[in-house]
Formats: sequence, C-alpha cells, structure tokens
Amino acid sequence: MTEESPEIGRPNIDVSAAPAEAAADMPLLRIEGVSKNFGSFRAVDRLSLDIGAGEFFALLGPSGCGKTTLLRMLAGFETPDEGRILLGGRDIAPVLPHERPVNMMFQNYALFPHLNVRDNIAFGLKRAGMPRAAIDARVAEMVALVKLDGMEKRKPDQLSGGQKQRVALARSLARRPKVLLLDEPLAALDKKLRDSTQLELMELQRRLGMTFIIVTHDQEEAMTMANRIGVMDAGRLEQVATPRDLYEAPATRWVAGFVGDINLFEGDVIMQEHRRLMVTTRDSDAIVVAAPRQSVAKAAVTVAIRPEKVRLSRRGPALDADHSQSINRLEGVVTDVGYLGGSTVYKVKLDSGAVVRASVANIARLDRDTYGVGERVVAWFTPDDCMVLER
Amino acid sequence: MSARRIFAQPARYAAIAPYVWMVLFFLVPFGFVLKISLSQTAIAQPPYLPVFDFTEGWVAIKAAFAQLSRDNFSLLVSDNLYISSYLRSLVVALTSTLILLLIGYPIAYGMARLPQRWQAIAMMLVIIPFWTSFLIRIYAWINILQHDGLLNKILLALHLVSTPVVWLSTDTAMYIGIVYSYLPFMILPLYATLAKMDPSLLEAASDLGASPLGAFWLVTFPLSLPGVGAGALLCSIPIVGEFVIPDLLAGSSSMMIGQTLWLEFFTNKDWPVAAAAAVALLLLLVPPLLLYDRLQRRQLGGAG
Repeated sequence: MTEESPEIGRPNIDVSAAPAEAAADMPLLRIEGVSKNFGSFRAVDRLSLDIGAGEFFALLGPSGCGKTTLLRMLAGFETPDEGRILLGGRDIAPVLPHERPVNMMFQNYALFPHLNVRDNIAFGLKRAGMPRAAIDARVAEMVALVKLDGMEKRKPDQLSGGQKQRVALARSLARRPKVLLLDEPLAALDKKLRDSTQLELMELQRRLGMTFIIVTHDQEEAMTMANRIGVMDAGRLEQVATPRDLYEAPATRWVAGFVGDINLFEGDVIMQEHRRLMVTTRDSDAIVVAAPRQSVAKAAVTVAIRPEKVRLSRRGPALDADHSQSINRLEGVVTDVGYLGGSTVYKVKLDSGAVVRASVANIARLDRDTYGVGERVVAWFTPDDCMVLER
Repeated sequence: MSARRIFAQPARYAAIAPYVWMVLFFLVPFGFVLKISLSQTAIAQPPYLPVFDFTEGWVAIKAAFAQLSRDNFSLLVSDNLYISSYLRSLVVALTSTLILLLIGYPIAYGMARLPQRWQAIAMMLVIIPFWTSFLIRIYAWINILQHDGLLNKILLALHLVSTPVVWLSTDTAMYIGIVYSYLPFMILPLYATLAKMDPSLLEAASDLGASPLGAFWLVTFPLSLPGVGAGALLCSIPIVGEFVIPDLLAGSSSMMIGQTLWLEFFTNKDWPVAAAAAVALLLLLVPPLLLYDRLQRRQLGGAG
C-alpha cells in the first residue's frame, strides 16, 4: 500500500522508504531483462532499463512496439514472462496491482461513469482507508491542482475531453504514487489543448517531484516533456537518451529515421584521418564527415543529416564559408517547395536521382532569397553536422 | 431547423407507427375490458349487460352508460379471494425475481468474461430451450418432479433420501418451473450491460487500490444496475400474471391472480369480475413501471 499520511502538504516522495537491502545506488525503478509474450508474439523482448527518482521518462515508439505492454507490467496488469521489475530495490512481481505504490492514467481515462468528479478523485483515497476529513482536503487540493474548481459534482459525461483528462490526472495523482504511469495521456486532445497540457504536465511534475513515465507515439510530445526518452521497436529499447542526443546522435539508423526527418546516404568509408571520415556514396563524389566517438568498424555506413542542417545556395558554399575544402556540396534541382510558416522545406533532386530535403528557417518576413521549382542549387553541409551510422 | 429536416415526411410517418400500434392493440382492447369490468354478469351472449347497441340511437347508448357501475371493483376489495391472490402473485413474483437475479447474475457475468468466440456459443445455449414449446418443457418438469420421476430416482440412488420426496404440486415445484422458464429473460439484459462494460474501468479500480471483490461492488455492480432493473422488470411483470406454471406445478391451496382470472372467466363465466380483476392487475403494475422509468431517466440524466 502507498504511504498514505493523513497530513496534507507537499507530496512526500520518500524513496528512502525502500527496504534496507536496497543498494544505495539502486535507482527508483529497475527493469531487468523483462520479456512478455502474447501467444507466439513477443511484445517485450529482454528489456532492461533504469529510471531514477524524479525523472520524466518517455517511452516512445510506433504502435505495437511493446511500450504499452511494458507500462502495463509496471502497473501490474500484465506479468512478465521473464525478468524482474524492482521498485525501490524491491521485486514487485508478487505485488498485486491494487497494492502497488504506482498509479496509472489511462489512455481512455477510464473515469467511473457513475461517480462524480469528487468521488472519482476520492476513489483511491477511500480504498487506502484515509479519514474523511483528510480525503476532503486531498480532493480539494487535487481539484485546485488541475484547475477543476466548481466541477466537483459533475459526472464524467458532463465534462469536455480536456476536463476528463484533468479528472483522470487528479485521480491518479491523489494517492501520491511513487511513480505515475501515463498511457498516451494527451492522445485524445486536440492540438492546441495538447500543447498547453504538455506544459502543464511538465510544470506539475517539477512541482510534485514525482517520477512520471509516459507512453507516447508522438515524438514531439516525448521531446517536449521528457528529460530522457527510451525509443522502442519490436519489444526492444533501441536507444535511451536525452531528447537532444536522440535527435543529434541517434544510435541506429532506425532511430534516426523514426525521430525527426532525415536525409540518408549509403556509402563506404574509404579514408579515415584527423577525426574525419571520407565516405563515397552513389550520390556524390565523397562526403566528409566527423568521425563518431566510437570508431567505425565496418566500411559500409550510412551518412545521415537533418534537413535543417542542409543549407542551400545558388553558387555554392565557397563564398559562404571559411573552410570550403571540407564542406560537402551536392548539386541538384529544386523539385518541391513546402512553405510551413516558420520554415520552408525544399526538395532538391540530385543529379544521381536521390532527393535531399533542406529545411530553411524563415528568419526574415520579407525574404527575397527563396528558391523556385526548377532552379539549380547547391545543397551543402559541414562534416560536423553529419552522423555516421553503421549499416 | 436541422432537426425538422431529419424528420422528413417518410420518417415522420414511421414515427407515428408505434403510436398507431399502441392505440389499435393496447388502448382499444383495454377500453373493451374496462367497459366489461363496469358491466353486470348475465346469462346471455355475450354474458354481460349492458351491451352497447349503436343501432338504437343516442338514447339507448346513454341508458347503457347509466347502467355501468363499480360493483365489480368493490367486490375485488371486499372479497378475500382476490386480495389474497393478488398478494400471492406479488410474493411469488418478488421471490422468483430475487432467485432469478441470484442465479442469473453469476451466469451473465461469466458469459461476459468468456472469450468472444465462446460468448456466442453461451448465448446460443441460453436461447436454445426456446426452440421447444414452453408447454412441453413444463410437462417435462412434471415428469422430472413426479413421485417416481427423475429427481427422486437420482436422490434415492445417491442415498440422499430414503423415501421419495413430494415435489409436484408444491410451491418449490412452481418456483423451479418459473425460475427455469424466465432465466433467459434475466440473463440476456444482464449480459448485455455486463458485456459492454469497459474492462479498463476494472483496471482503474484495481490501480486505485480496490481488491477484485471491492472493484466488483464499487464499479461492476453499480454500472450493471440498468441491466438488473431491466431483467427484474422483464421477469417480475409477466410472473405476476403467470397462469400455466402455477396451474401445472403448484398445489391448489392458494391461487395466483392469473389462476383466479381463469377461474372467473372460464369456470364461473363471470366476465365482468374477471375484467375488473384484469384492470386492477394492470393498475397495480403501473407503479413499478413508472419507478423503473424514473430510474432510467436518472441514469440518462447523468448523460446530460
């Protein structure tokens, strides 16, 4: 059972309440080699992950990648076929869902339709045997926290989507769980509301100091809110990193393609010197790239570059930059111009037939320096902006 | 304005259909019964007076109206036979409904938890008895319950009893027959509400600290109340007027109102008293229907 102290104040996230045998360096949550099969389908495949107290962690991946199954195992709705899940150093396998100090916010909110807002929020508190006065105080606190004042008597059917989402959040926070699990919490909201709710969730998490684990398929959502992101595919963690590292230093080609937009060139390493690699590709003579921290073992690599790091010019970069000798130049014809407001995406068809996307920020309102369809341009980028991924 | 558009001509006619049905097949016959209940019994064809004869003109009809009286209703209240059979009907209906609920709820709950493929099969099993005539099934129960019937043979073989038990012509036999016959009407509405319940609600309850039993009482049961209400009404109302089952399986010491009606109508040939009893029965059934309607409205009221 959660540590339900009747006094009302700042949430007491007491990680030290973990059993004595827990090692000092044990993270709040440790997932060790966990697998889960549904029939012949392996939803989660020997997955290991540590999540520290106070983290806002996002599990990101396409649908069917096993992220929700992993979350449901943390909540106790599914039992792992292999591996252990340790919460505060304690194996929670034998702990039933209703006894775990973990609460979940459901994707469809799962509000009790026969109970009003107040009783929905108070549900978990009553089960914990909290005194009535303490329940009233906690509910009032939660209602204020999610800005639902005056809605206490309404039934879920009388609430808007955004209000329901808040009730679900308040209900899952009311017991002050050690870990709050959020299953696609914003998926049902429209874009505007989603953006503002993202910020509110982050602010809430910081204020409460609670550990949030969110499951999402929306990379922007994960990047905005989480301090760390675990990217999942086919039941495995492809990479665990900060949003910045995930974007600027993806571990695999799959991650590079899944997170954000990217241009990929397949080629072979022909030379390696001075922290520079020279890669021959079908699409240009050779691309000079910065050598990654770990040396490249195989010759066959993929050079990846984000569209916003590809710059365009009419005459080539020799006049635009100082180190012209190490700048990669790809010549081609503009085939498509997509104006997105903040930026414009150009598709440049190279002479080799490959298409390079370049995203140019529209930094001036009256920018005359745009490129039209059919115009011949040079797409260029520096070696440091390239990533090398082994194939 | 758009609402009016939706109800274009054909749709508006279709909306009238149920009212036409109600008038033709409920209100008009009920008018006949009401009229007969206010008449006097007579040895004639039809066996009551007055008879409205529209060929004799206004004066005759007025005279006929003047002959109508509430005597039959006074008789219903003053004669113990009617009151006791009404009470017995109510007691039998309530008891049977309670037993039906206790047996039907677990069955419906189990069905709703079955894998999708098995749910259809379970549903078939519930409905299949309807393929055999109701009367044949009740006669089968007579066979099972009689002195040297199947039940007694089994009980004797298992040495649970030393002499055959008298089942037939007892209230127990009647309750067995009623519960057996009405069980599908209890199971189906319960199953419908339980099957459409969102399973994530139970997960949420469990996540918030409710034990499985707690989750059932706090979430599943309250949300299944519309099904409980529908099942209880669907069973209790026809059971109040039940005639065949008590006639065939119960003893003759006390009668349900359906049996009393039969007695008045066919044996005593007293149509007016039988009609009055029928009208009174209908009026007695209106309050529970209104109550159910209000409960349902409150449920929907939550939906705003």
